[in-house]
Amino acid sequence: MQEFFQQLANGVAWGSIYALIALGYTMVYGTLRLINFAHGDVYMVGAFAAYFLARALGVGTVASASPLMAALVLLGSMAICAGLGVLIEFFAYRPVRKSSRITALITAIGVSLLLENAGILIFGPDPKFFPQVIAPRTIRLAEGVLVTNHQIMVVVVSVILMIALTLFIQRTRTGKAMRAVAFHRDAASLMGIPVDRIITITFAIGSALAAAAGFLVGLTNPKIEPLMGIMPGIKAFVAAVLGGIGSIPGAMIGGLLMGISEYMVVGYISSTYRDAIAFVILIVVLLIRPAGLLGRNVTEKV
Amino acid sequence: MIRMPRVVLPLLTLALFAALTGCAKHEAEIKVGEFGSLTGSTATFGTSSKNGIELFVDNLNVQGGIGGKKIHVLVEDDQSKPEEAATAVNKLIAQDGVVSVLGEVASSRSLAAAPICQNAGVPMISPSSTNPKVTEIGDNIFRVCYTDPFQGMVIAKFAKNTLHYTKGAVFRDNKNDYSVGLANYFTESFHAMGGLIVSDEAYSEGDQDFKAQLTVIKSKKPEFIFVPGYYTEVGLIARQARELGLNVPMLGGDGWVSERLLEIAQDALNGSYFVNHYYENDPNPAVQNFVQSYRKRYNSTPDGLAALAYDAAGVLTHAMQQLLAQDSKAFETLSGPPTADQKAARGKLRDLIAATRDYPGVTGRISLDEHRNAVKPAVFLGIENHAYKFVATVEP
Amino acid sequence: MIAARRVLGTLAAIAIVWALDWAASRTLNPYIYRVVVLCSINVILALSLNLVNGITGQFSIGHAGFMAVGAYASAAYTVYAVPLMFGSGYAQNGWLTAAAFLLAILVGGLVSAVAGFLVGLPSMRLRGDYLAIVTLGFGEIIRVAILNIDAVGGARGFAGIPPRTNLAWVLAGAWLTFAVIRNLMRSYHGRALLAIREDEIAAEALGVPTTRYKVMAFVIGAFFAGVAGALFSHYTYLHTNSFTFMKSIEVVIMVVLGGMGSLTGSILGAVLLTALPELLRFASAERLIIYSLLLIVLMIARPQGILGRRELSFRRRRAESASRPTLAA
Repeated sequence: MQEFFQQLANGVAWGSIYALIALGYTMVYGTLRLINFAHGDVYMVGAFAAYFLARALGVGTVASASPLMAALVLLGSMAICAGLGVLIEFFAYRPVRKSSRITALITAIGVSLLLENAGILIFGPDPKFFPQVIAPRTIRLAEGVLVTNHQIMVVVVSVILMIALTLFIQRTRTGKAMRAVAFHRDAASLMGIPVDRIITITFAIGSALAAAAGFLVGLTNPKIEPLMGIMPGIKAFVAAVLGGIGSIPGAMIGGLLMGISEYMVVGYISSTYRDAIAFVILIVVLLIRPAGLLGRNVTEKV
Repeated sequence: MIRMPRVVLPLLTLALFAALTGCAKHEAEIKVGEFGSLTGSTATFGTSSKNGIELFVDNLNVQGGIGGKKIHVLVEDDQSKPEEAATAVNKLIAQDGVVSVLGEVASSRSLAAAPICQNAGVPMISPSSTNPKVTEIGDNIFRVCYTDPFQGMVIAKFAKNTLHYTKGAVFRDNKNDYSVGLANYFTESFHAMGGLIVSDEAYSEGDQDFKAQLTVIKSKKPEFIFVPGYYTEVGLIARQARELGLNVPMLGGDGWVSERLLEIAQDALNGSYFVNHYYENDPNPAVQNFVQSYRKRYNSTPDGLAALAYDAAGVLTHAMQQLLAQDSKAFETLSGPPTADQKAARGKLRDLIAATRDYPGVTGRISLDEHRNAVKPAVFLGIENHAYKFVATVEP
Repeated sequence: MIAARRVLGTLAAIAIVWALDWAASRTLNPYIYRVVVLCSINVILALSLNLVNGITGQFSIGHAGFMAVGAYASAAYTVYAVPLMFGSGYAQNGWLTAAAFLLAILVGGLVSAVAGFLVGLPSMRLRGDYLAIVTLGFGEIIRVAILNIDAVGGARGFAGIPPRTNLAWVLAGAWLTFAVIRNLMRSYHGRALLAIREDEIAAEALGVPTTRYKVMAFVIGAFFAGVAGALFSHYTYLHTNSFTFMKSIEVVIMVVLGGMGSLTGSILGAVLLTALPELLRFASAERLIIYSLLLIVLMIARPQGILGRRELSFRRRRAESASRPTLAA
């Protein structure tokens, strides 16, 4: 039983990361119907931005760690990635917005490859040690169930960001506009909503959330490299689909489910199938609920 | 309409010819090919190897090269894919006319390229492909690293006889051929000595999170964990194990060798042991010289792959120097037009590489046995308080 | 008459293909020969994916999975079953070797077709991006499963597969794929596939059994991907790193770049995208950066792909082509 709770605790922490990345996928998909393949790489850039910021601020060692500096690094990398997201949207996605969806998809793959290979060239392919901006500590949740303060931070920061995002989308005018664009872009445009600006904001927010995930992963697992975004990117996307792509609570639930099920698979089935079983679960869920757990099942109009 | 492929293919061929035959010919140099993963999932290993070779060859060229000829290393990227490795080596041999080929780290990519070198009669030296099958491809294929069976056996012996462990766990990188090979041979040897493997878990190259597997390993209560992976993941694995309260020592192979290991692991690897070819404080001047000049040039400490690549270049050029001394005419024809003489010269080069005995490399004194594998002692290092300490040398 | 012409045509094609191989292996240097072989394998992949993505309008991003199934199935057949069926000394006999290889290609294609059937089934309930994710998941599941099968080498790769593939085999394979898919498109069934792409609901209303046709497209597409895999596995060292998600994406790019639904476009796309990284070798470290930039620029400049839905043809001026329905309906 101890083992079960240990796996569950770690699964929740890891799933929160998936959830944060999945939010970016689901927001962009909601507004543009685009699978933004470069999103996983924005997460990588977020981790590297935090790495360079922390070094520039001189918080490389445990001795100089402070929560204030950590917050500064986190917000800084979120801002950098928000900018990157806006640039990607403006230069790569906006020109193909009127083209078919698969054209936009290939463009997204092109951006993804560009970020990965530019990352190898600029940052170097070797793994970097992520500065410990907050000193690690082990906390005992229960007998035999150990987590670190970093993992707790991951969950707390994720929950705060998700609540903030939900409030933003539900309560603000911009949030309302985002929902309107997601619901029907042309109609929204006719109602006087500045669609371009709303899409820009969507990309900025989604990319900032990916950067937060990059920072949190760097903090808990202090090794970052230019290709670190590929697998988490794919899995977070799967998580978004699992929850029902386009749905924000769906992305959170999908991310958590993905994290927990990975841990349970390793714990009770086999670690060699860790990467595969997530997809098996996905396929089974989709066959039962074709639009994901919380997705709207749109009836096609004839 | 079925004519399309027949029209396009010659067009492509023409384009390729036009693009690739334009290279200028340098007569006063010896072309050596290198293929490696400069991009893709194992880009960091390919880059380390490239640095090691570059460092050695540039030093040699500064000293005047061999017989007045400079060594020119042509590097081709294989994107970490086996079929690309074969294409890259084909290009190096057919297009660039290299005298010899250096590479790869991953055995699967060396295995893809080796038949091409074997058929073309071009000697190939792999710096760090450990699968025994690599050199079995033919008499033109060599390696300067340990083989999996040797290293697996040595580590099993060390665990059983020196450390007196009987219950171990294996944590392997299921996507990496080095890791799987080493894990299999270790398990086999450890079993044969009466040891017990209580848990065998797997992760994938590039993973960030290992706590699920480590929780399972912890529940089986092993005395040690054998982690036959690369330093890129081992540091994190050690950290996460300690965070879970799994405090048993870890054992590893030469994939651990890198300064990044302790940078990432911090104190998590205290009390652990691994195999190295050398250790940093080795008084051997060759080692010191290598480590320092590498640091100066690339601003980082070399990993084991850089050191092995450095020695692969060393073994090759050493054989070339001997060829020059023994038969300067053959040496001249080595990089000449493809004639029977040139073939014979390359055969002589091959024989001289095969005859390598006690080459003083930075990864130990390298001798090649009749199976073209390097025979050299394994050095066991222990980790204590952020530093390495010498434990034992195991002779082959 | 027509049957006789077809038989003659096939024989002529086989002769041409062998003659081409004979000439190529003597005139081309091994590097270019190899690139041409890999090009042809990619042509098969792109054509077969075009059937699913371009012609039927489904969205598969797991084509490398089918290729892997075909590659490993045929390789396992060659290594384990062929010596039992033909006797261990079969390799001495050229005809027997060729027959064994032909069977291996068929085994690869058929096993992959079964996988295609299984993956095609969810298309009854799923569409669009959800179906895409199922194909992606399938590709990943296959790769992980192969990594765990010791009999085919796992992470160490499958050693000991005799090299059998040469230019003649791959050209014949590419030609066959092209011919089958082209003829399919011109048939009643092909019209049904195109109808599904244009408007699935309208097609269904007109009585087209859409599920059956979608599954059929998956099965045929998977069969030829398996053939490509079989040719691939008997050419170069077999390892799962060749069948990653990126490989699937590469094939999708070939199809989109050439023009969705255009067969000659797929051929063009496959050839271009195989040759491009080779031509960019001079740029060494920046090679893949240039490649990705070119991809983005091409998509912005020509979103419908190079050929769009048109076909390249050298018979356009002949009278017979006028009566033939064009593909870009």
